[in-house]
Amino acid sequence: MYIGLFDTGILATALAESLQRISIGFSLALLIGGLLGVIIGVSKLADETLGSLVIALQSVPSIVWLPIALVLFQGGAGAIYFVVILGGTWAMTLNVRMGIKNVQPILIRAAKTMGYKNSELIWKVMLPASIPSALTGARLAWAFGWRALMAAELIGRGGLGRTLMDARDFFNMDLVVAIMIIISCIGLIVEYFIFSKIEKKVLSRWGLTNSAS
Amino acid sequence: MEKVAINHVEKTFPGKSKNESFTVFKDISLTVAPGEFVSLLGPSGCGKSTLLNIVAGLDQATEGDVTVGTEKIKSPGSDRGVVFQEAALMPWLTVLENVMLATKKKMNKEDAKSSAEKYLKLVHLSKFLHSYPHELSGGMKQRVAIARALSMDPKVLLMDEPFGALDEQTRMMLHREVQFIWEETKKTILFVTHNIRESILLSDRIVLMGTRPGGIRKIYSVDLPRPRDPASPEFIQLEQDIMSILGGEIEKVMKEEMGDDFNSKKASLLYGTDRNMGNHI
Repeated sequence: MYIGLFDTGILATALAESLQRISIGFSLALLIGGLLGVIIGVSKLADETLGSLVIALQSVPSIVWLPIALVLFQGGAGAIYFVVILGGTWAMTLNVRMGIKNVQPILIRAAKTMGYKNSELIWKVMLPASIPSALTGARLAWAFGWRALMAAELIGRGGLGRTLMDARDFFNMDLVVAIMIIISCIGLIVEYFIFSKIEKKVLSRWGLTNSAS
Repeated sequence: MEKVAINHVEKTFPGKSKNESFTVFKDISLTVAPGEFVSLLGPSGCGKSTLLNIVAGLDQATEGDVTVGTEKIKSPGSDRGVVFQEAALMPWLTVLENVMLATKKKMNKEDAKSSAEKYLKLVHLSKFLHSYPHELSGGMKQRVAIARALSMDPKVLLMDEPFGALDEQTRMMLHREVQFIWEETKKTILFVTHNIRESILLSDRIVLMGTRPGGIRKIYSVDLPRPRDPASPEFIQLEQDIMSILGGEIEKVMKEEMGDDFNSKKASLLYGTDRNMGNHI
């Protein structure tokens, strides 16, 4: 592991590539998923048409898209991004939708009496009110995206996944185990240092924790 | 300070077919003078909150219209401040930001802040400007909601059972505060309540509403000097007058809800409570 990370640099480059992919893919998934979630949450028409489509798409494991994606992007890096984005988007969409739907009606009524209308209402009341559930969505999107990335890389090119496959082909089991440890460590770090911290902050500010400060 | 005129308002909730639709009230007309404090009093289901929501613009009247000042009401707007039974504060904003949310639309940030601070001072919450709603008690939240409604400088203040969910002590304190605010700002206030004492204590006029058919039963003018004493004979007389009419209305509601087996006399005992005969010997 030490040799791979610092001497030959195989692991370091692979890790950097994977991290770059997940961060771009994850941000795009959040953006697309969030936007779609807001549209579905706000508009009844969109919910009745796109809503069931999203649920149908969510039940398709995103790795299933890889063959099509490989053809679409001619085996380029785009295919892997595509799979990662698809992996995260739906979880985000569904959670944002639920957050928007579950905004307390009294808050919307109160904002209406202050003269807020339509888009301002969405921006000032619905979006902030749905942040806790959007956070759950982001967490799921991250988990799905990370898994999709690893699976896609096993088949595709570059990154930790490909290196893992290469290591297996050379019967370098040390490397295989090392990569698995790295993968789980990344998951752990993101969970503890990013999501837990944000969640704690959000929940206490929204007054959702039992031990209110 | 504007007058509110409710002209022949009817509210019908549409049912599946035409004969299933339900008329809450019909042909209600009421004029509230500028600076007057009027209470809407009635049993549950008489449509007093619905009427208030129509004035607020949150509900649409089936027939008739409501004017505030000279303007006809079509949609909710900041010329009418509303205080709901729940405080309805945005949980992600501090007290100050919550009040500023109401004023930010009309003023720039500095003005909004100073006016929010002014009204929060009026409800004695200057110490809690930067607290979040979940850190406050129910009465404090309701005071923030009042400050928020006032900060828009509305022509009319609409209050929908604002103290219904509070405990007795907090309510008594807030009664005093509302009176103080009313005397200070001289707003026209329309106040929905089911509490007879509350309405006598606070209002200039009490509009007693009934059900089936929904409508105004009687309007009482309260000519008692302020501050009012709930123990004074006039107060008690008025309370009993209102109770005698309201009692009949409540009985009607209960009969409707419970069916034929409702009998308000059931509670009166057929036998003496003192059953241990001879224990005085």
